[in-house]
Amino acid sequence: MGLLYGLIAVGLALIFGLMDVVNFAHGEFLMIAMYVSFFLFTFFAIDPLLSAPLVAAALFVLGAVVYLLIVRFAMRAKTNAGMVQIFSTFGLAIVMRGLAQFFFTPDYRSIPQSWLGSKTISVAGIFLPEPQLIGALVSILAFAGLYVFIHRTDFGRALEATREDPGAVALVGIDKNRVFALGWGLGAALVGLAGAIMAVFFYIYPDVGASFALIAYVTVALGGFGSVFGAFAGGIIVGLVEAMTALMLPPSLKSVGIYAVYLLVVFIRPRGLFGSM
Amino acid sequence: MDKNFAARRRRDLIIAAVLAVIAALTPLFVKDVVVQNILILTLMYAGLSQSWNILSGYCGQISLGHALYFGIGAYTTELLFTKFGVLPWFGMLAGGMIAAVIAMGLGYPFFRLRGHYFVIATIVIAEIGLLLFQNWDWAGAAMGITIPIRGDSWLKFQFPRTKLPYFYFALVLCCLAWFVTWWLEDSKWGFWWRAVKDNPDAAESLGVDVFNSKMGAAAVSAFLVAVGGSFYAQFVSYIDPESVMGFQFSLLMALPAVLGGIGTLWGPVLGAAILIPLTELTRYKFGGTGRGVDLIVYGALIVAISLALPQGLVSLFSRAKKTGATR
Repeated sequence: MGLLYGLIAVGLALIFGLMDVVNFAHGEFLMIAMYVSFFLFTFFAIDPLLSAPLVAAALFVLGAVVYLLIVRFAMRAKTNAGMVQIFSTFGLAIVMRGLAQFFFTPDYRSIPQSWLGSKTISVAGIFLPEPQLIGALVSILAFAGLYVFIHRTDFGRALEATREDPGAVALVGIDKNRVFALGWGLGAALVGLAGAIMAVFFYIYPDVGASFALIAYVTVALGGFGSVFGAFAGGIIVGLVEAMTALMLPPSLKSVGIYAVYLLVVFIRPRGLFGSM
Repeated sequence: MDKNFAARRRRDLIIAAVLAVIAALTPLFVKDVVVQNILILTLMYAGLSQSWNILSGYCGQISLGHALYFGIGAYTTELLFTKFGVLPWFGMLAGGMIAAVIAMGLGYPFFRLRGHYFVIATIVIAEIGLLLFQNWDWAGAAMGITIPIRGDSWLKFQFPRTKLPYFYFALVLCCLAWFVTWWLEDSKWGFWWRAVKDNPDAAESLGVDVFNSKMGAAAVSAFLVAVGGSFYAQFVSYIDPESVMGFQFSLLMALPAVLGGIGTLWGPVLGAAILIPLTELTRYKFGGTGRGVDLIVYGALIVAISLALPQGLVSLFSRAKKTGATR
């Protein structure tokens, strides 16, 4: 579970690291991804495991479009820039939730039987649910892929350079808007991947994103905004803390442990564990 | 201060007085209960948003966790009333004080955080409060508290038969929040807050007590919001954690100010006057279908206004008459 939290969070971390914008519609991206995965399964009988790349691609487009239509303008604001970013993405989140309710109704849906289903695997005497295990594997692969992508490809370097100095990259002929749009696409694609996997073992409904979004923000802030490795580590910590809290407190309080650890960490290190000070 | 500033402040006060009198007279002409309800909510949110604006607008510490104080106000009043028979008026004061103390207690660790870290910390703390109340059996847990109806009485602040007293109290609350803001705008704190918002480091180096001025803003803001919370509890006569401490309240408090103009005297009033009737009417018209059309309209509006008018609707007015502008 922790690795999945990390995967949800890393897209957020990537976007923030790239341009200091927090996407408050991140949870709704996740929700859309789960629906896409659900409909691919219902209408075309494509198993969520196979459709994951398709979902990621769809979310990539969504992310880029959102950047070009909304965020690009939000970043131009000279006054109250922080406010404009927060509330334009927040407004977007509300619209997306409303649209989901409009088209998909507020009903709870689930994917009845996928290849993974609810099988469990026994590793050294501990029973692990298979979907979660695959989710963890995909997360690790995605993190590794992202790392290679950022450090080894031309586009990754452009991403890093734009992040360092958006003014200077313009001089060497890199289109800032294109890089940012691709960055948003990439961030959304990562959360799309997470959504496709989670569609297997979570109910799908219009508000589902909201419950994960706060955990994603906490995960990112725990690791330090802008740090991809931080999001990975933050995800693991959040997953462990959640599991431990669930042992000690009633299930309805399981998130309290996560929040408490977050507050504790930022009070000691106001920029998160791996954030630049 | 130069003459223009003093003149503008006097003008603001006169406009406010005139508006308050007009508002006080509306129930004479508006008898429709649905419309009265909308008016009460509009006034309440104008007051709440004005209070939120003190900390988040003037002082620049964006809080999306003010539902915590709203809930504390509501719960303090009702727990005191239902468990100990304390009159809501005292409960209201107690709620305000408790909220102010909690806001200051949270200020110690929170005000070290900046930007998004602060915003997320405020969301998180309100969420913790929500979860704790949902699991607190003595306070009714997730079921909440139903306030026993004992008939119309100013003493108990209950009016099952008419909405007018609620209307006037909401008006007083709104005026109070406005007046406190107006008064603080020209005080030492008001200037400090604007300095802290613009550049905390520079303010610090010029001798502004950054930490204490943030604390002051947090306390005033939380107190007023909690009073609003206890009003709301008496008004709806039923509370549960989700309905008074849910995240949507933090958002609903912030939106009028954001829409109208953040960190301005008139922004929250203007924002609430447009946003709340619109929300209520869209909900009234489309909400019953359960298909989220009200959400779509509402969200699209937020996106459009925050992108098109980053300084809020108030900026339309100041642009129109730039000649006398002092800021």
